[in-house]
Amino acid sequence: MLRLTNVKKTFNPGTVNEKVAINGITLTIEDGEFATIIGSNGAGKSTLFNCIAGSFYPDEGSVKLDERDITFVPDYKRATQIGRLFQDPMRGTAPNMTIEENLTLAYLRASKKGRGSAFSRMSVQERKLFRERLALLGMGLEDRMKQPVGLLSGGQRQALTLLMAATLVPPKILLLDEHTAALDPATAEKVLDLTKRVVEENHLACLMITHNMHSALELGNRTLMMDSGKIVLDIQGKEREGLTVDGLLQRFSVGAGKELDNDRILFSK
Amino acid sequence: MGSLLSLPVVISALELGFIYALVALALFLSFSILKIADLSTDGCFTLGCAVGAQVAIMGHPILALPAAMLAGVCSGFIMAMLQTKMGVEPILSGIIVNTGLYTVNLAVMGFSSNLSIFKADTIYTLFQDWLGNTWYRLIVSIILVVIVCVVLGWFLGTRLGLSIRATGDNTDMVKASSINPGFTVTVGLCVSGALTALSGCLIGHYQKMCDINLGTGMVTIALASLIIGETLIGKGSVKRHIAGVILGSCLYRFAMAIALRLHVPAECLKLVSAVIVAVAIAAPYLKQRAAFQKRKMAAMAARKGGNDA
Repeated sequence: MLRLTNVKKTFNPGTVNEKVAINGITLTIEDGEFATIIGSNGAGKSTLFNCIAGSFYPDEGSVKLDERDITFVPDYKRATQIGRLFQDPMRGTAPNMTIEENLTLAYLRASKKGRGSAFSRMSVQERKLFRERLALLGMGLEDRMKQPVGLLSGGQRQALTLLMAATLVPPKILLLDEHTAALDPATAEKVLDLTKRVVEENHLACLMITHNMHSALELGNRTLMMDSGKIVLDIQGKEREGLTVDGLLQRFSVGAGKELDNDRILFSK
Repeated sequence: MGSLLSLPVVISALELGFIYALVALALFLSFSILKIADLSTDGCFTLGCAVGAQVAIMGHPILALPAAMLAGVCSGFIMAMLQTKMGVEPILSGIIVNTGLYTVNLAVMGFSSNLSIFKADTIYTLFQDWLGNTWYRLIVSIILVVIVCVVLGWFLGTRLGLSIRATGDNTDMVKASSINPGFTVTVGLCVSGALTALSGCLIGHYQKMCDINLGTGMVTIALASLIIGETLIGKGSVKRHIAGVILGSCLYRFAMAIALRLHVPAECLKLVSAVIVAVAIAAPYLKQRAAFQKRKMAAMAARKGGNDA
């Protein structure tokens, strides 16, 4: 369970470039909850993710994961419990290393021995496990384990990143930052299906940023809408069933207290 | 050619090639893998030489090797601390450490600018009686370098080694695997410093002397070896890369030996090595350009021919 309490983050405070990126967000995501986040550019979605993942620390408020305060825990230490995918398929994998080397590194999060195993090599069982997991992606990657990741397509790299971030060692919470935006529609569909499966099978808490309002409503069981660093809309349960994209936009203009049209916030239906 | 490369010339080129290959391996780690331009190489090389020479003079030629490596680890560690804990730019931290090392090196050498170990045993003279006067230095050098290569190849395949390789490739991914990139950079620079210092130590024992300016220009020479190797063998797996580095280092020494045989004055050798480096770095790019020009010419000619007909 992830709990944010009154989190605030301001960039360049005290200068003309001051920008309040998140303005007092309080949010609880239960285990097994899959929430989609929508909002225009600059609404604070990515900043919110950065605060959760620890890329930078909030100015005020606290971040708790399973009642453990992680507000000021460095990002690499949180990574054992937080998996994250970016829009850029290149960010999640090391291009000059082979698929199995990438997987070995990702699997380090699982080793309970920690640093003690620093001088060990990839074992036969591990290679078998990686092969099995790669086969589940259905992309034929299990036969290319000795190839550098740089040779894979964007979709394949994103699927591999998903495997590394979420299935190999299930985290407590998975953060997806528009992770299908750079992929072609067919590949995006495939990666989304995979995401759904991974989240359901591992019973993860999951937050997904998307600009596609259709998938924002279709995927998961909760939808959050952000504007100017605040969560202006939080729809779940019965309320969410049967809600259309137009209905959502209408609710948004009520929630944000201003008129909006489809063009202005640049969502695709 | 026979007169150009006599057996003693070939042997000494190989000896130096193998010894200097260690610095090139150090740069392989810091420059190719971690993507850090380590400008402390010059000072670290001299440090290894000075420490190795002092310990040999004290009568411990074998202990000189680990002692020099330890000194190199310290140098790498300080550079890593500047980078990871104090926010100093990598290139600047190298320059800072290099500057500081000059004084440290003088201090190690007892505040004299050179040190002779003619009277003491070296790691080479220890084996001179067993291996014969012609070959002993080459054999000892090859054995040491092969040991280093095997250990380095093994190390880069371990989880820690993989983390170091990934750090230069994609820092975000390293963090996502719950590894502190500051830690991997530190380990990488320490290992790289140890290799540089070991090379300096061996050169000191080889020449039976240590000079405060011994390391000047070492970065360029090592970089040349590294890039010659990458150009000839390509950037394949780690093992291939290591083999390429050694080949590059030997080839560089052959080029220098030939330059000497062609009566290039010793004062001009630095210029010769700078030219070799420039050519080695530019060669892959120029090759690509030439291939493109050829294709372009062919396409233009074909088009022209088509119009005429």
